[in-house]
Amino acid sequence: MCHPIAPLAVSAYTASSALGLGLDAQLVALRAEEGALRPNDFSSAPLPCWIGRVEGVEAAPLPPALAAWECRNNRLAWLALAQDGFLARVRAAREHYGAARVAVLLGTSTASIGATEEGYRRLDADGRLPADLRREAIHTPHSLAAFVAAALALEGPCLTISTACSSSAKVFASAERLLRLGLADAALVGGVDTLCDSVLFGFNALELVSPSPCRPFDRDRDGISIGEAAGFALLERAEAAPRAPRLLGYGESSDAYHMSTPHPEGLGAAQAMQAALASAGLPPAQVDYVNLHGTASRKNDEVEASLLARLFPDGTRASSTKGYTGHTLGAAGILEAAFALLAIEHGLVPGNLGAATPDPVCGPHFAWRSEVRRVDVALSNSFGFGGNNACLAFARSPT
Amino acid sequence: MSALRVHVAGIGLWSAELAGFAAFRAWLDGAPPAPPGARPTAAALSPNERRRAPESVLLAAEVAGQAVAMSGLDAAELACVFASAHGDQVITDYLCATLAQEPTALSPTRFHNSVHNAPVGYWTIATGCRAPSTAVCAGRTSFGAGLLEATAQALAGQQPVLLVAADGPGQGPLATMTGCATAFACALVLTPQPDAHTLATLHVRLEPGEASMPSEALMKGWPHDNASAAALPLLARLARAGGACRLPAAERLVLDVHTEPTA
Repeated sequence: MCHPIAPLAVSAYTASSALGLGLDAQLVALRAEEGALRPNDFSSAPLPCWIGRVEGVEAAPLPPALAAWECRNNRLAWLALAQDGFLARVRAAREHYGAARVAVLLGTSTASIGATEEGYRRLDADGRLPADLRREAIHTPHSLAAFVAAALALEGPCLTISTACSSSAKVFASAERLLRLGLADAALVGGVDTLCDSVLFGFNALELVSPSPCRPFDRDRDGISIGEAAGFALLERAEAAPRAPRLLGYGESSDAYHMSTPHPEGLGAAQAMQAALASAGLPPAQVDYVNLHGTASRKNDEVEASLLARLFPDGTRASSTKGYTGHTLGAAGILEAAFALLAIEHGLVPGNLGAATPDPVCGPHFAWRSEVRRVDVALSNSFGFGGNNACLAFARSPT
Repeated sequence: MSALRVHVAGIGLWSAELAGFAAFRAWLDGAPPAPPGARPTAAALSPNERRRAPESVLLAAEVAGQAVAMSGLDAAELACVFASAHGDQVITDYLCATLAQEPTALSPTRFHNSVHNAPVGYWTIATGCRAPSTAVCAGRTSFGAGLLEATAQALAGQQPVLLVAADGPGQGPLATMTGCATAFACALVLTPQPDAHTLATLHVRLEPGEASMPSEALMKGWPHDNASAAALPLLARLARAGGACRLPAAERLVLDVHTEPTA
């Protein structure tokens, strides 16, 4: 996908993370450079690390009519959908286009596996899942998208993308293709991942988790902090929302290198960023801000910082926001797409929280502190396990 | 909506009964099933990768390898859409059981093999493929939804796309929820333009309709519990004289697919 595409309107968007529910909470924290990581108080057994946990999920059950979908992941999805007037925008799109013309394309890495884990902790005397968790709809990686489609009565194409940490970035690309081919008129895109034992103990087993709050691009960074988040965006053709920000382009690629280590020269990541620029019809110099993948793993940050220096002129600003929220895995794509859109809408380059001593590999692009400046074009990088890369390009509305 | 048109350049298939598309065609013509070995060969993987890879990866790589070989295309150049309703259920069962008993004993390798995109990750590594790759699911409509995604990629990007649909048997408490007790996988190489390898042309139309698993006579004796096996009506039309079939693509959407064999 290297020819320019017709930009799409991002006619509504919302995000919730450890920083709080809704866009205002994100913006306030990014402006104030206040992160929300805290000592791990989530896993079913002690694990010394820091996490980005959303407050209040436990106290927010799904409405009775949706009880069959009950699980932490769908709760967070429902909480997030209720922010920023987003539900009303989706309902309006459904009425305007018809339910069958609105696609639901969502990214998640682990979906509701937390509920399956819980079931295995509470097996009954016959070794079966406990009766309250014997619900097929939540023991499948499609649980999130199926829930959102059912809860919002959307009947268009419905797909889960699960490519680890690039999941909820790639949904934008799928949506653009469906709209371009006339298979849908609007798409609800986004993603949700919630804390669970699988990722906390899994990344711990891979020795990728820091014992302290993560420090993206710090010289002494020592691993990631895992977080949870939910975010959604409504995409329509540009003429449907002339004043809305734009999805200008996207790039996707594979590293073809290793299941859990990025390519040492960032070949796949570079290819995704270049494809995003090409499909957006943008020269690198027009990019004002890049929200980096910046996980605080030794390898990712080294590769990504070098790539930035190679591809962009000094005037492009860049930062990782994982120091605020933790690495929200399958939700990182949509959360950081929302941060890129906030940067455009509010003229804010979020400071790269957590790096006390910048790694010397980092060039002049890095915004170590939050900066108030006009942002017309912003990119967001998302790179996942299996060498799965995506880059999104957003811009201010031209009108 | 007018029909989308894509071309099929390669087909792969693997089940406990049949080792490939040729065996499937022979079976349709009345030959007895010819069960392959218990594990797919997955020749595209190096011996090292084959030893390390979980069953889900072998199953996907097996049918992907068959379809790409038939297409005459270079695997390194093909965008990939890998669909699976449940991913690797054996690993999910292992993860949940280990986490319930001794979470710090979790195997790092089995954890990174647990991601839904492990099969497509192994495949792109084995074939040196840097093209876009994705891993998708849509419950029991995973095959139709994957076919729609692959068709959209082939047409919007004007690029050939490898579609794989693979689901394996579950075990442990999880298996009672997924209800999938068999292995079935298939693959199609789709191209936006016809070429010398084109086997058939698909005319694909998206229509409202209830998602029900195909119920035609052909499906008798096949794994109804396996979402990837929802591809069988299409595979049968590809194997024979073509014709129309309806494949569930979402809860209230079906793909009306008309298969036109190359003369």
